[in-house]
Amino acid sequence: MSDTQITHPLVDGPVGPGCKKVDPIVIADGVKRQFGGLTAVDVAHVEIPRNAITALIGPNGAGKTTFFNLLTGFDKPNEGNWQLDDQSLANVPAYKVARRGMVRTFQLTKSLGRLTVLQNMLLGARDQRGERFLSALLPFLWGRQERANVERADDLLRRFKLHEKREDFAASLSGGQRKLLEMARSLMSDPRLVMLDEPMAGVNPALTQSLLDHVLGLKDEGMSVLFVEHDMHMVRHISDWVIVMAEGKVVAEGPPESIMQDQAVVDAYLGAHHDTDLGTLTNQQVVQIEQEAAAELASTDEEEKA
Amino acid sequence: MLDVLLGSLGNLISAESAAYALAAIGLGIHFGYAGLLNFGQAGFMAIGAYGFAIFTRFVDPTTQFGWPSWLSLIAAILFAVVCSVIFALILGIPTLRLRGDYLAIVTIASAEIVRFVARTQDLTEVTGGSQGIRGTDYKGDINASNPFADGGWLHWVASGPLESLSSNNGWYTFLSWVLVIVAVVLVWGLMRSPWGRVIKGIREDEDAVRSLGKNVYSYKMQALVLGGVMGAIAGILFIFPRAVQPDSFATTLTFNVWTALLLGGAATVLGPVLGGVLFWFLLSFVRGLIAELHGLGIFGTMSASQAGQLAFVAVGVALVVLVVFRPQGIMGNKKELSFHV
Amino acid sequence: MEKTLRPARWWLAIPALLAALAVALGLGAPPADATAPPSDSGSAYQFQGIVRSDPQTPIAGVVINASGPDGFAGTATTAADGRWSIPTPGPGDYTVSIDETTVPDGLEVNPAHISRDFTLGTTSSQSVLFGIGAPGSFAPAPSAGSGDGGGDDGGSESNESTSSSSSFSWSRLGQRLFTGLNFGLLLALAAIGITLIFGTTGVNNFAHGEMVTFGGFAFFLLTTTLGLPVWVAIIGVLIASGAFGWLHDAAIFKPLRRRRVGLVQVLIVTIGLSIALRYFYQFLFGGGSSTLAVDNSARISFGTFNVNVSNIVSMVVSVVILGAVAYFLTRTRIGKATRAVSDNAGLAAASGINVDRVIRIVWVIAGMLTGLSGVLYAYFIGASVRWDMGFLILLLLFASVTLGGLGSAFGALVGALIIGIVTEVSTLWLPSDLRFAVALVILILVLLVRPQGVLGRKERIG
Repeated sequence: MSDTQITHPLVDGPVGPGCKKVDPIVIADGVKRQFGGLTAVDVAHVEIPRNAITALIGPNGAGKTTFFNLLTGFDKPNEGNWQLDDQSLANVPAYKVARRGMVRTFQLTKSLGRLTVLQNMLLGARDQRGERFLSALLPFLWGRQERANVERADDLLRRFKLHEKREDFAASLSGGQRKLLEMARSLMSDPRLVMLDEPMAGVNPALTQSLLDHVLGLKDEGMSVLFVEHDMHMVRHISDWVIVMAEGKVVAEGPPESIMQDQAVVDAYLGAHHDTDLGTLTNQQVVQIEQEAAAELASTDEEEKA
Repeated sequence: MLDVLLGSLGNLISAESAAYALAAIGLGIHFGYAGLLNFGQAGFMAIGAYGFAIFTRFVDPTTQFGWPSWLSLIAAILFAVVCSVIFALILGIPTLRLRGDYLAIVTIASAEIVRFVARTQDLTEVTGGSQGIRGTDYKGDINASNPFADGGWLHWVASGPLESLSSNNGWYTFLSWVLVIVAVVLVWGLMRSPWGRVIKGIREDEDAVRSLGKNVYSYKMQALVLGGVMGAIAGILFIFPRAVQPDSFATTLTFNVWTALLLGGAATVLGPVLGGVLFWFLLSFVRGLIAELHGLGIFGTMSASQAGQLAFVAVGVALVVLVVFRPQGIMGNKKELSFHV
Repeated sequence: MEKTLRPARWWLAIPALLAALAVALGLGAPPADATAPPSDSGSAYQFQGIVRSDPQTPIAGVVINASGPDGFAGTATTAADGRWSIPTPGPGDYTVSIDETTVPDGLEVNPAHISRDFTLGTTSSQSVLFGIGAPGSFAPAPSAGSGDGGGDDGGSESNESTSSSSSFSWSRLGQRLFTGLNFGLLLALAAIGITLIFGTTGVNNFAHGEMVTFGGFAFFLLTTTLGLPVWVAIIGVLIASGAFGWLHDAAIFKPLRRRRVGLVQVLIVTIGLSIALRYFYQFLFGGGSSTLAVDNSARISFGTFNVNVSNIVSMVVSVVILGAVAYFLTRTRIGKATRAVSDNAGLAAASGINVDRVIRIVWVIAGMLTGLSGVLYAYFIGASVRWDMGFLILLLLFASVTLGGLGSAFGALVGALIIGIVTEVSTLWLPSDLRFAVALVILILVLLVRPQGVLGRKERIG
């Protein structure tokens, strides 16, 4: 604990939960999601810095993924408002959120198995004329755009080392390759903010480094990244900023070097397992997964009553 | 034996098998490409058939406004298409946001509602009640539009082996297959376009497609309408060589179309056509075979029509075997088309 | 935890209970002498039908004439069961008429039905029904049309439509409510079968209607062909239907689970199974209705309306069985295991429940419930069975299950009661041949407002 005010180049004013950023890309206010009596998310105020990599961490059941779903329009909050670059996203359907430049991936990878890798990629491109029913039948209207998209997709596939798999069905890829494909696909739409839900889950260690490099690369290209992650090595290694959630609330935020020392984080995160290395939470995770499962069950029960 | 086979071969290119093929193409868009569980294709067919017949019978622009028959014919078809679009919207608006099996239950129920309403005796004046509508009430325009008939501008084509084109049945068959070909080309073009890519993506994972900025609900609706319109036109083709009979649009028809679709291959362009044709061929072949066997006295005192039910038992068994052992159909490629959900 | 009940005990409880009830249902009625075998003419093209004054009373000796192309003329006289058929040379336009002079005195033929034109060709066998009732029961309106042509909407009750006028009375409402309750309760038995299977396996069983028909035909064979007393027949039906359910799982669904066949595929398998079974029934028993040789003529008057004793017994049986099911699901170990599997099969398996065994038991129970429902439905439609009797109510069963909320047994009961009552009560205002349609419209409307059903759990909605 420190009474001295810590400052940080990303932050406008003192560092602390809900602190103001110099240049925020997302500002959320009073976002609340309840499942019956259970409050899954209750974020008073949070800002996500632009052109930075922000990690969202917290114990299982803290509401990270629910918050993610709320921000991206995949779930509806009971109340609250949030905006992307001054445009409000409350009550905006998921597909429009994506069109405005906030693109997400999923915890359980959603590659489109019976489409080829290239088709997966092309699906990511935005404003395609050929996706309109009436022009779909007239290839001369969209052929040129399609060729440009294929070129871009090929570039991305080369970068993500998936180019050899171009014509293979996505279902034939390994788990890590699917994560890469999902990330590459989301880049097809030139997003402003990339939201990655557990990008490391289920990824073969051999691919970990290349995934990390790709995430760092996003920042270099001027994008902002928000990711949920359990792998503390990744959090330490690549994030510029860390936001910690517990029981639906933002309990702490700060740069990764100092956030690990924050008492609130240690309390929220570790409980009794004070000395456990944050990088090897396996045992802890097992317990937490059970808790999360119980919470999930409770929440569906609540929904049932609702 | 041989004549049974030859007789069944005659069914290969009949107008009925074209109707089945077109209905299956529509269902293929729903299920094979977009992953929508439509169990009410018979309802779309009924809407098409009744829309066409009722329009021709009551509006009858040929006699009322002196339109040429081909124009009245097109108007009647357009009327049926509009009805089916409305039907698709009514079905889709509440259900396309819900889990897939809700669509299944709502479509099967709606198809039955259509049939029940069509056959209720209180609407006998309009729909003919349970007896349906006689062919003579709606075939005037189509028969008069035959360009191959005596005096038609294509009459010269109908000579030699093509002579049958000048008959009504030949004309129905010709027109039906032309429409099937148009539908095949349409599906082929659509499914290789970015539009088709989105549709196929939705079949694989709606949320993923949504996260890429596509309005999934709208695409599902477009697919539902497109396949439904094809079903409605198939319904019109279905009643050219026969009369409109409400009970021929029962759930059994939907299931037959599903069998045809899965036989050919759900997510293929030509699969539904092959399936529709083969379905009719196999059905009439098995029926003919059973009739032959019945003639030999194998079924004892059982009547021929009773023994003939075995053909439908075969349909059911074929459906089971197909789905379990060759889910991708005849045309499909195992990797891409073995469906999961 | 309540471990007082040993796993095996429930197993015996239900059949034993049913046996006792079956004695009651039998009411000491010995089988009547053999009824006519299911009729089915040998001709490929024919007109046929049954002449009845009401669902239970066939009229013999009525003369029907048909005339058609090339000077064809055919005639037939109805048999003791009211049946007639006129074979015709082939497709074409025909006129079918009834000879009014042969209709018994005191009855009148619907004027619209005396002579009608039909086209044969789309279907080789055309059913023709004649509305017959008390004089004055047919409105002169032209809409009093053709009755139940294809015989496809629930069988023999359709003639009622001709006598139902638009006048409303409380006694008619009471009668309809009673019938609706009866119908709803028997639907509930089969609907719970569907919902138990859906809950534990995720399978929407489209072949469930054929299980209903199975119960009906098993009952027909035991009472009418073998001449056994009703209570023995009911026990027999329960055993046979339970075995039928067991067979479904053992021969088809367990192997499919082993192969990890997807749910949509399994759904289509059940459709194939439904087609195969249904037409096999028709192959075996013919395309008409077969009357059961059971006595269901006993009636009781309650104030202004009469009810069949068999209907009351049917309702009592349904209520008791539903109670037994509720007891089974909430109090016995296997029942609790069933609910656990419904909630989350993976978790249930992890906590040591033998999921396959539970599913097997569920199939057996669903078979028994559904078979019994088939017997009650046979009584409900006037003690007759028909090859597609179950298929005709399949959608109502699905509507019940969906209305109540997929997978919830209590929901299925509520849904079935709603559907049963709605179908019957709607006939007070709407034509009775639309009553199934009304139920389905209600289903769609409810889904609009409350997609998870009346009592169901909310699903994640995209």
